[in-house]
Amino acid sequence: MSGTATALSDSGPAIQFEDVRLGFSEGDVFRGVSFQVQPRETMILLGETGTGKTLTLKLAAGLLSPSAGVIHVLGKEISSMREAELLDFRRKIGFVFQEGALFDSMTVGDNVAYRLREERVPEEEIEPQVREVLRFIELEDTIELLPSELSGGMRRRVSIARALISQPQVVLYDSPTAGLDPVTSQTIITLILRLRDVYGVTALLATQRLQDGFALANFHYDPQTKRVIRNARNGNAAAAAKAGQTRFLVYRDGGVYFEGGPEELENSKDPYLQRFLV
Amino acid sequence: MAAQLGFRCCGCAESFFAEGQPEQGLVADTPFQVAGSAGKEEKRITAAELLVDSAKNAVLAVQSYAELCGRTLVNMVVGPHYLQDTLEQMDFIGAGSMPIILLAGFFIGAVMVLQTGSQFIRFGQTSLTGDVVAIALVRELGPAFTGLLVTGRCATGIASELGSMLVTEQVDAMRAMGTDPNRKLVVPRVLASLLMLPLLTAIMDFIGLLGGCVASVFSLRLSAIEFWRRAIEALDFADLMQGFTKPVIFGFILATIGCYKGLTVRGGTQGVGRATTQAAVLGSVLIIVADAFLTKLALFLADKVF
Repeated sequence: MSGTATALSDSGPAIQFEDVRLGFSEGDVFRGVSFQVQPRETMILLGETGTGKTLTLKLAAGLLSPSAGVIHVLGKEISSMREAELLDFRRKIGFVFQEGALFDSMTVGDNVAYRLREERVPEEEIEPQVREVLRFIELEDTIELLPSELSGGMRRRVSIARALISQPQVVLYDSPTAGLDPVTSQTIITLILRLRDVYGVTALLATQRLQDGFALANFHYDPQTKRVIRNARNGNAAAAAKAGQTRFLVYRDGGVYFEGGPEELENSKDPYLQRFLV
Repeated sequence: MAAQLGFRCCGCAESFFAEGQPEQGLVADTPFQVAGSAGKEEKRITAAELLVDSAKNAVLAVQSYAELCGRTLVNMVVGPHYLQDTLEQMDFIGAGSMPIILLAGFFIGAVMVLQTGSQFIRFGQTSLTGDVVAIALVRELGPAFTGLLVTGRCATGIASELGSMLVTEQVDAMRAMGTDPNRKLVVPRVLASLLMLPLLTAIMDFIGLLGGCVASVFSLRLSAIEFWRRAIEALDFADLMQGFTKPVIFGFILATIGCYKGLTVRGGTQGVGRATTQAAVLGSVLIIVADAFLTKLALFLADKVF
């Protein structure tokens, strides 16, 4: 399956895990995990708590290094990079942390501008860029506020804006809707959809909520009409392909238990996967 | 704008979420499912294993502290530097510590005079008070008290600030955005501490002598001019060298201990509290131990060189 997907793209996979192992003193978390994420594809990581979803994202960002195995991101082998090289490399990827992880002593504007200031972008160019990104997440009014003055959902959106500012090719989302009410979750998923369909980012999204995955798989954002539209079951395959496909990855017992598209997951008779589909 | 982006569009009344999906997330069977941990037997730990484990942990802690210090020293020399952060820390560590230094310094000097004066009265040598207070303050009490007071105030502040940042993933977020936390968080604090401690010590020395002067005028009936003349004459270059080298080292110790304890927090909010306490205790003890060795070294050098 991954072979055909590789053939479709010339540049190779955006993220590739090869037989990755990770162990702590408590025991092994991964005993040989392999998967690939193609450019513009969204990979949904499913699994119960403690199966290593967050760790996968941290491995992909090089925040952790595997005990064994090789990780390629955007064509670079990051598993053997030194921290100094990794710091440079990480500017190409965006990371949205579970609780947002906004710098609580800085205003929303400073949080979003953080990366640009680090890259010594001239101050007069920073402001319009920050405003543009905040307009994208529809929170332009909050630029002067501190993160503690925002609601949980707004903090997640600002966190997405902060990851978005340097226009990364790969965005890693760690349970972006965890602990949010359904309406706010929907706003976040809409934002992720727009990000995917407007900027064409490759995404790795860890979640416990299967409906987030299906929402990403079954809907797309139309930049012309500025609306989110449900993909036709058969008809607009071209539109779906343009939007990039969504695939699912389910972890169990330190390995990949299931990998495939939304239909395969939906039609699966496997009792373990059925637990997610209840 | 938000309404336009709603999912109920194109006359399609289907729910955004797949039908029949529960709203809540899945709940795991166990809090931390480690592969292959099923049926784990309860392990018995012997006293020897416990001893070996704690020895290993101690060595590991020393190693990672040394690594942090080494990296900090390199990053202090090799740029890029965060000037703004360094200035903010200088304000916090330097200007922020002024009130306690002024207040404590004045009374330390006064107490010194009262204690030594009561002994000198027995020999009728109260005029020596100025000498003793000056030497004790500049060589020893100024640097040590400044170090301990600033540790109590700033090493704890640094540990709790960095610890909170660590547990809320802000340090990881910083790394994820391509910033080296050592450069951004540790170096400014250590640099500020290195620069501010000698200045705070100088203020402590002066205000201590002022306190001593006031106490000797009112309690020992010495003349203020006599006190200052003798105090200044008693000091030589070696005393000043000793008195202003120590705070540089103490500044390094208190800032690195604060950063180390903050960046190695484990266990959430409770861990932050623990790290803060440990930073104060470990910082103070290390400063006192370092003081003993530095004094011996300074006296040896004063003998040989100056």
